[in-house]
Amino acid sequence: MGGRSARLSFPACGCLVSSPSYPLAEALRKEGLSRADYDEIVRRLGRAPNRAELGMFGVMWSEHCCYRNSRPLLGQFPTSGPRILVGPGENAGVVDLGEGQHLAFKIESHNHPSAVEPFQGAATGVGGILRDIFTMGARPIALLNALRFGPLEDPRNVGLMEGVVAGIAHYGNCVGVPTVGGEVAFDPSYSGNPLVNAMALGLMETEEIVRSGAAGVGNPVVYVGSTTGRDGMGGASFASAELTEASLDDRPAVQVGDPFLEKGLIEACLEAFKSGDVVAAQDMGAAGLTCSCSEMAAKGGVGVELDLDLVPAREDGMTAYEFLLSESQERMLFVVRQGREQPLMERFRRWGLQAAVVGRVVAENVVRVLQHGEVAAEVPANALADDTPINHHELLAAPPAEIQAHWQWSEAELPPADTTGITPAGQSPLSWSQVLLALLDTPTIASKRWVYRQYDHQVQGNTVMPPGGADAAVVRLRPQQGPGSLLPAQRGVAAVVDCPNRWVALDPQRGAMAAVAEAARNLSCVGAEPLAVTDNLNFPSPDHPTGYWQLAMACRGLSEACAALGTPVTGGNVSLYNETRLPDGRLQPIHPTPVVGMVGLVPDLARVTGQAWRAAGEAIWLLGVPLAGDDDADERLGLAASGYLEWIHGLSTGRPPRTDLALEVAVQALLRQAIAQGVVTAAHDLSDGGLAVAAAECCLASGLGAQLELPAGTARADRLLFAEGGARVLVSVPAAQAQAWQALLEQVPPSGAAGSPPACQRLGQVEAEAVLSIGRGGTTLLVQPLDVLGLAYEQAIPRRLAGGA
Amino acid sequence: MTIGVVVFPGSNCDRDVRWAAEGCLGIPTRFLWHEERSLEGIDAVVLPGGFSYGDYLRCGAIAHVSPMLSEVAAFAARGGPVLGICNGFQILTEMGLLPGALTRNRQLHFLCEAAPLTVHPGACQWLRHYGEGEPISLPIAHGEGCFQADADTLAALEGEGRVVLRYAANPNGSVGDVAGLCNAQGNVLGLMPHPERACDPITGGTDGSRLLASLLS
Repeated sequence: MGGRSARLSFPACGCLVSSPSYPLAEALRKEGLSRADYDEIVRRLGRAPNRAELGMFGVMWSEHCCYRNSRPLLGQFPTSGPRILVGPGENAGVVDLGEGQHLAFKIESHNHPSAVEPFQGAATGVGGILRDIFTMGARPIALLNALRFGPLEDPRNVGLMEGVVAGIAHYGNCVGVPTVGGEVAFDPSYSGNPLVNAMALGLMETEEIVRSGAAGVGNPVVYVGSTTGRDGMGGASFASAELTEASLDDRPAVQVGDPFLEKGLIEACLEAFKSGDVVAAQDMGAAGLTCSCSEMAAKGGVGVELDLDLVPAREDGMTAYEFLLSESQERMLFVVRQGREQPLMERFRRWGLQAAVVGRVVAENVVRVLQHGEVAAEVPANALADDTPINHHELLAAPPAEIQAHWQWSEAELPPADTTGITPAGQSPLSWSQVLLALLDTPTIASKRWVYRQYDHQVQGNTVMPPGGADAAVVRLRPQQGPGSLLPAQRGVAAVVDCPNRWVALDPQRGAMAAVAEAARNLSCVGAEPLAVTDNLNFPSPDHPTGYWQLAMACRGLSEACAALGTPVTGGNVSLYNETRLPDGRLQPIHPTPVVGMVGLVPDLARVTGQAWRAAGEAIWLLGVPLAGDDDADERLGLAASGYLEWIHGLSTGRPPRTDLALEVAVQALLRQAIAQGVVTAAHDLSDGGLAVAAAECCLASGLGAQLELPAGTARADRLLFAEGGARVLVSVPAAQAQAWQALLEQVPPSGAAGSPPACQRLGQVEAEAVLSIGRGGTTLLVQPLDVLGLAYEQAIPRRLAGGA
Repeated sequence: MTIGVVVFPGSNCDRDVRWAAEGCLGIPTRFLWHEERSLEGIDAVVLPGGFSYGDYLRCGAIAHVSPMLSEVAAFAARGGPVLGICNGFQILTEMGLLPGALTRNRQLHFLCEAAPLTVHPGACQWLRHYGEGEPISLPIAHGEGCFQADADTLAALEGEGRVVLRYAANPNGSVGDVAGLCNAQGNVLGLMPHPERACDPITGGTDGSRLLASLLS
């Protein structure tokens, strides 16, 4: 641990050092800093930091602000490409959609606050990610979220889920940005440590992307938005320690959000950016004023002088430390062209917001903080924001023994499976119909209607594919403001969040690759071309060798898959130390959860495909690795690490399938081409629960049945029905398109997909009768009316929530 | 014909009304900032959905004392057509242009989904293009849409044919399945469902277009 050798010219340590005027050990613990960090701070300043300055270093050198554990791993991500306008380092990534439209997007976590106060924790997570978007000059057009909770059999998890969903709804609905998609999954490892990742998309409304580097010595620094209070103090150290009774002061550790103020802030900021008076902008998120001042100064190569007496405060008697570290919400800092501050501030006051000149840009590369006419803190900006320390960790040379043991599992260990069903060890016999019903009744697989009906997914009038309708959300690219706002638009943007956390837990590299592949496949299922990724790395402590190994291997998998699929990473968020202390004192780490947020371009909204079958008689085809009638050892798919294995047999084990990236590229290219030509009318990828669950979902979405026939042979029936992996997608093809479909299948695969021509297999057809029927070699494996399947699927979550809807 | 769309801090369906009216149906619109007082050149007024003033104090309670709304009240009294959608309906009840109140949904959750409705147009000029008892589907998106009125008020409303929109499957606990109310004169309509979200086939049906199109003769 400790800072790497500094390239910057700071005074040599030792010449000006004086001892601090506060108990050092306690202060370092509170700020989450090590003694080595302190020595480095003293060396950079040439003296001991005062208490406020130490606090500034504490937040700026936290994992949240400077990625001190993960930075060496993030460097391997592909970050550039022809469509990438802004990569990592700014408030959000920006991609070029063509036709003059630019899309800003980013994901961020609010896990620890949501664990303590689910409603406000989740709400302020939404508020924070929206500010990252409109700070760039983009109007937020869509929200998504990835959520993880412990099992709903535990009432604490029910309370967390109800609070988180209500908090997201409260903020997103009020601020007028539709929540169009997301994913929710459950696992015991998330009990007490839920994950709340919020992703936002925005369409640029300004000509130029608004940057965060300060410029123009003498320019005023203007504070806008809400007032500053003592809320959210110490959020950085809070995120890396357990909460105790003692740490729950009379002030909430979690900030309180006000979506009404944020709505006004969006409008006022976009007006201000269009005026041309704003030189630079930075939102105040984690580490508040400290972070915004030092990052604006460091990025601009200038300094900022800030007078705390001018900062609008909501409480009296706040110290410099409190002002600098407050995480009060809905606040922004601007550098404004000199002389233009008055009209700019008027815009904000019209929306009922605070606006005040609080400082100015200075030539010296320093963050100087004044209070009561005295210098309360003075730190070189680059000492805070540049060349921040890195925690070095040893990467295990081989997978941990526990993981290697899991990889030994094979399907041969399962009880025999015949045409009637299976008898899981220690349980009664189950028919395949009963197995399918049990899977549909599993909250991770089941309908998330209880969640998404609480989100306004339609406001702004552009939602073409709402939650539950397709594998990805689709939003029309019609601007809200300006000349294009009243013209019909043919193009759209698709977005998705994905993470197969069970796979990542059993093989972080394969699991992370699968996350990227599934996100891209989901976009391709609506006909969108995948463009770029924002990632949210939710992991346990990297201080444990297994934890760091998981993080390192997942980053490797993400990088490899993003490179192969041509979807660069434009930024994201890292959330570490996600673990809960169990009553017996052991730490329960979460499943490592690298959530992939991906955006894609829909060239023609008229062609968008959903999950629902369109008409009886249409042929049902399987793309990807075909079903093999006889035993095979294809490691690209299987029951290892599957939902079937976990929820039917009670086993979370095995090595998850290997993602065949070349096959993914080929399958997705074929799928998008077929959708663009109108050959395919419905598309749904195979995920948790495999073929049987995917087919059931297409039926339930449409009310139409399906008759499928699986290949005869020696292969286990459960491998055919419930195996996961294999880049698989179910599609429907109307009879009128049969020839065009055949022509597509026979075409030479596009270059880049060489070596893996996409295999396709006809499985059956859509039926008017509302029954799902799956047979094999003349025998029926499974037959269920849709109303029975639908009841299990729709009621799984509500019936587990007390008083559920 | 120009529709005035009142914009409060916290309104968030103002642009959606503009898109539906002007973008989809070709009816010109103008935004009316809440602090203004002029309705000159305005032929109909829409109070759009959203969270005016953050719904602080009580939904619609702060909005109803804004300068623009005293003008809107006078406009309604002169027989001018006024439509309150969602938060706009809440404001109309606060203004006293429509009776009753809108309270938290029965299950206390915000609900966003398609709501099957039946239309009973009576004398409501906004609904003149719909048939008596006609089933339609409009999206709802609200947390406080549970209509409350005492039994006498409700009976009077029923008797006067002013319950012009009813839920076919009551989603929020509204008494009498009330989804929309009209004033006695037929020019003021308040409803919780969002007709402006049902004017564009690609984003979800067109059952709401005839409501806005009633302004065109």
